[in-house]
Amino acid sequence: MKTRHTLLSIAVAAVMAMALSAHGASKSPPQEGDLFPDVKLAMPDAAEQRNYLGLSQGKSFAVTDIKATIVIIEILSMYCPHCQREAPLVNELYRVIEGNPAYRGTVKLIGIGAGNSAFETKVFREKYDVPFPVIPDGDFYLHRELGEARTPFFIGVRIEEGTARVFYAKLGGFEKPDEFLKLLLDRAGLPKGGAS
Amino acid sequence: MTIKRFFFIVCVSVALSATGTGVFALSDVFKQNIFDTGELKPVDSTLKVAIGDAAPDFTLPSVHHGPITLSQYRGEKNVVLSFVPAAWTPVCSDQWPGYNIVKDLFDRYDTVLLGITVDNVPTLFAWTNQMGDLWFPVLSDFWPHGKIAGTFGVLRSDGTAERAIFIIDKKGIIRYIDVHDINRRPPLESIMGALEDLE
Repeated sequence: MKTRHTLLSIAVAAVMAMALSAHGASKSPPQEGDLFPDVKLAMPDAAEQRNYLGLSQGKSFAVTDIKATIVIIEILSMYCPHCQREAPLVNELYRVIEGNPAYRGTVKLIGIGAGNSAFETKVFREKYDVPFPVIPDGDFYLHRELGEARTPFFIGVRIEEGTARVFYAKLGGFEKPDEFLKLLLDRAGLPKGGAS
Repeated sequence: MTIKRFFFIVCVSVALSATGTGVFALSDVFKQNIFDTGELKPVDSTLKVAIGDAAPDFTLPSVHHGPITLSQYRGEKNVVLSFVPAAWTPVCSDQWPGYNIVKDLFDRYDTVLLGITVDNVPTLFAWTNQMGDLWFPVLSDFWPHGKIAGTFGVLRSDGTAERAIFIIDKKGIIRYIDVHDINRRPPLESIMGALEDLE
């Protein structure tokens, strides 16, 4: 009888597992107008990166904790050839933002290293002199929550009243950082050259 | 239903659901050209070498570097052998592009990297072209099929190779073996940690 109950329990568990898997598989990458998923990201170890994001110490943070009006998120991987090739352009995007007093502090940029350990994101940052934080996601948790987007994938969110609303979500990079930033600011409803 | 039984069911459910979540080959560089193998048996072979053994010598054709013989590095370089299961499959396609940006780390430990699959040279040529210019040789263990993988004990029953890392020191001795779960990528830090231990 005990064996029968155990087998029954395993059968029920298998059905639940299929349901859980189906739920996970049904997620798709964020789309314009969506709320950005309420996920926890690993807090950067480096004080410089925490300061950039306006975060205090802790184990994790949410995108809505970032002190900014606009957050640009790149889902990348150190194992992704496109991400490697486009790293200098994304760095330039960061410099365009930081070089304009109207955007600095208002528009911020982070990477999420899909499937990348802390060691691997560190390698990527050092290899390409990446000046912005790249958050490790070694177990693909964030990547799954973000609909398993292919890489590189860019998401723009506007933070208002504790929510992060997606205004841009697209697979692939860009050729001209300044034009890409203008496009993002247009979509976000921010005035170019200034910010609310 | 008792609380204990309910807890058991929940735990097993979560564990089972977590096993089907491999999300590799996610770079858009490969577009829709990666064959989805699904979740595979993690390891499907029996090692025939051990740490401390002399590495079996071999010569294999490579995509861009001509024939490569393992013993040509004896006395000069440590060697990392990176066996991957097959071209155009998940995980494999997201493994070597990462190694391609860390030549400096391999150089730091006076080490060469040799990638090996059981595919033929033309297939490896087309596949690795998607990864950019690889700095390390990619070897074809195609014919006799999987002979070297078989010699090391990493040839699976379906004719593909395991996802395995062997580190061989300058004396030709095997110092590290990781026959990894075929569905997962070995973390880079494991390889670098093992190389550091050779020092």
